[in-house]
Amino acid sequence: MTVELLFWQGCPSYPEAKALLEQLLAERGIEAPIQMREVRNQAEAVELAFPGSPTIRIDGRDVDPAGAGSPAALACRVYRFPDGRTSPIPSRQQLEEVLS
Amino acid sequence: MSGVETAPTFDLPGVDRRNHSLEEYADAPVLILVQSCNHCPYVLAWEGRIDALQREYADRGVRIVAINSNDAAAYPADSFENMVEHAREAGYSFDYLYDESQEIARVLGSERTPEAFVFDADRRLVYHGAVDDNREEAEVTTHYLHDAIAAALAGEAPPVADTPPVGCTVKWRS
Repeated sequence: MTVELLFWQGCPSYPEAKALLEQLLAERGIEAPIQMREVRNQAEAVELAFPGSPTIRIDGRDVDPAGAGSPAALACRVYRFPDGRTSPIPSRQQLEEVLS
Repeated sequence: MSGVETAPTFDLPGVDRRNHSLEEYADAPVLILVQSCNHCPYVLAWEGRIDALQREYADRGVRIVAINSNDAAAYPADSFENMVEHAREAGYSFDYLYDESQEIARVLGSERTPEAFVFDADRRLVYHGAVDDNREEAEVTTHYLHDAIAAALAGEAPPVADTPPVGCTVKWRS
């Protein structure tokens, strides 16, 4: 399993997302390391199809497919949940679904 | 504490399609400027609480004014037209102004969205920083902005005068 966390330093949410991801990986006994990749400029954002920070991909699959196609941007990513709430990080449920 | 000591003068277009100036709020015993925008998930997390504060203190004359200074060329979601739409959808009870030149953000020394600046009746800065201490409303333990408004209305110093704002960076023009 490959676990990637793409982030932009201008958004403060990636440490929280990383901690949640680490917790879920540990709970499942998954030993795959989290590959941290910093996106430093707009050109890299476009190259990596980076819709905002943080973006987590498991085996290349975005944990939030609905938001994966947003335009590439150096910005905080908005995660929208079924109950209408929004968040700067994916939900535990979103991560659990792609890790199961 | 933020570098600004007194409220900056401004005259900016609002989402109600008329201009608003500092002088317009002269009767407000407390004026709060909030650096804000449309696209940031931290703004989305806190805007409901900011709106609730405006509604709670409206009958005391307190005014909250949100200001978007982000570069809309690089971040189209933060354009003026999208501000109008966002304020309508979110049901803002406070004014929401567009600082296209980014001058007000520079004078305030803003770094993040959202970032609050509370000015007393003499328009001296008495609180700067976060709305409260947790993005998750259910987990908030200290209501910095609420406490600062209440203190300013009572003519007292807020229990906390400065906190680090948590949110997206202000999107400056390159």
